[in-house]
Amino acid sequence: MKFLMTYAAGPRTAPPTPEHMAAIAKFSQDMAVQGILLMTGGLQRPTRGTQLKLAGGKFTATDGPFAETKELIDGFALVQTKSREEAVEVARRFMNVAGDGDGEILQVFDPMDQAP
Amino acid sequence: MRDPEPDRAIRAAFRLESPRLIATLTRIVRDVGVAEELAQDALVAALEQWPATGVPDNPGAWLMAAAKNRAINAIRRRKMRHRKHEELGREVDSVSDWAAADLEASLDDDIGDDLLRLVFAACHPVLPPAARVALTLRLLGGLTTDEIARAFLVPEPTIAQRIVRAKRTLAEQNVPFEVPRGEELGPRLASVLSVVYLVFNEGYVATSSDDVMRPELCEDALRLGRILAALAPAEPEVLGLLALMELTASRSVARATGSGEPVRLMEQNRGLWDRVQIERGLAALSRAEALAAARGPYALQAAIVACHARARKAEETDWARIAALYAELGEVAPSPVVALNRAVAVSMAEGAAAGLARVDALREEPALAGYHLLPSARAEMLEKLGRMEEARGEFERAASLTRNARQRERLLGRAARCGRGA
Repeated sequence: MKFLMTYAAGPRTAPPTPEHMAAIAKFSQDMAVQGILLMTGGLQRPTRGTQLKLAGGKFTATDGPFAETKELIDGFALVQTKSREEAVEVARRFMNVAGDGDGEILQVFDPMDQAP
Repeated sequence: MRDPEPDRAIRAAFRLESPRLIATLTRIVRDVGVAEELAQDALVAALEQWPATGVPDNPGAWLMAAAKNRAINAIRRRKMRHRKHEELGREVDSVSDWAAADLEASLDDDIGDDLLRLVFAACHPVLPPAARVALTLRLLGGLTTDEIARAFLVPEPTIAQRIVRAKRTLAEQNVPFEVPRGEELGPRLASVLSVVYLVFNEGYVATSSDDVMRPELCEDALRLGRILAALAPAEPEVLGLLALMELTASRSVARATGSGEPVRLMEQNRGLWDRVQIERGLAALSRAEALAAARGPYALQAAIVACHARARKAEETDWARIAALYAELGEVAPSPVVALNRAVAVSMAEGAAAGLARVDALREEPALAGYHLLPSARAEMLEKLGRMEEARGEFERAASLTRNARQRERLLGRAARCGRGA
């Protein structure tokens, strides 16, 4: 199973120290070596991204909201694990290294996963 | 009754640590079976304590410490029973050895080497191939015997027994816990790679069942392949195999329709191919090709799959290059199946008549006698040449030879279309 994980550091987090960044890099390296981490990336602050909407055929793109927002998604990872529980454990370990924040785990759709 | 939720979370945390735990313990106790028992003891301890304390920040170190305590206690218990003087001396020594060993720290240091040693032990040629597969999935993949049994569609006791026997054989034959060197390395590495590829193919082809594929086995094999590539980054065939598996698996979603009908390579919706996985595969392939002057069988097969992966449309496929790669593969690892695939590539590159001449040369090949892809390849070429009656007969023959029900259905459908004299 594959899962997309996102992580948003807490709102008043100071910029990470080089040691902190090194610890996160070491964790990522470890997960890659174990064949779990398939892809990872950081997401740029301070925007929350551009919000997209298609409603009744009308497309809108709204920037922001900017820095004052409470949720900043700071990174994402694509992982492959044997179960959702395992993905949660990987996320738990990551967040222990990365620090306070919020995250989300979304299972990547794969028709094969539904095979009996 | 216990709440199953925390148990599942604990087992998931354990599974992540299990290969490294067993690898480190094996280095110390020099016995895979004992190491695995100690790891299981540690899991039992975790299941008892973690529901109250929560999963510790560093579960690996916690489990290692628990395994160490179990080992020391077991030695002490034995000591209480046997009070013979010299035994006492020896056992006290082993207790202090254990107590002194900084096992938690050793988890981080030589872990790569330990894991590699464990892979080579699990895939040792003293074991029958089926045992190598079961032991590798158990020890390196962290699968339970029940999961392995379900994946291979055999009863759980069969797998359990296979693993018990394999561990006993390794102990009885005194198989050293080491990475082979020199001349020994090549054949031993080949054994490891063939185990991983066998797991992958069992998942991808699923010959013994009517499912199109069993994705868990493919994912297990991919994970093993990625671990190996990290452990032995200078071995071109390790990277070749990883590339082959990543590139092959990148098509898995496109291989079947929503209702499970198989879709052949040239008819697949290439937009469904996993581009991230293709990039991973191509990267592994270029690393493999950079490491070796001559490509090995896995790298060559990966290079062939890469030709398909690079073609955004089926008609852009570089069949001449594929035919040349099959020719090279036929030199390195000659086999009738490679010759057949080369014939198919030639028919695509140069026309059905050229392909048919090559396939016809293989018709008497005993190794291909029951192989459905020979008549189905002939059938396609005959169909292109307008020899419909012969094509129909060959599609029917192919259908009678495949064990996969969906494939059979598809082949009979194609036979019927030839019959209509299209």
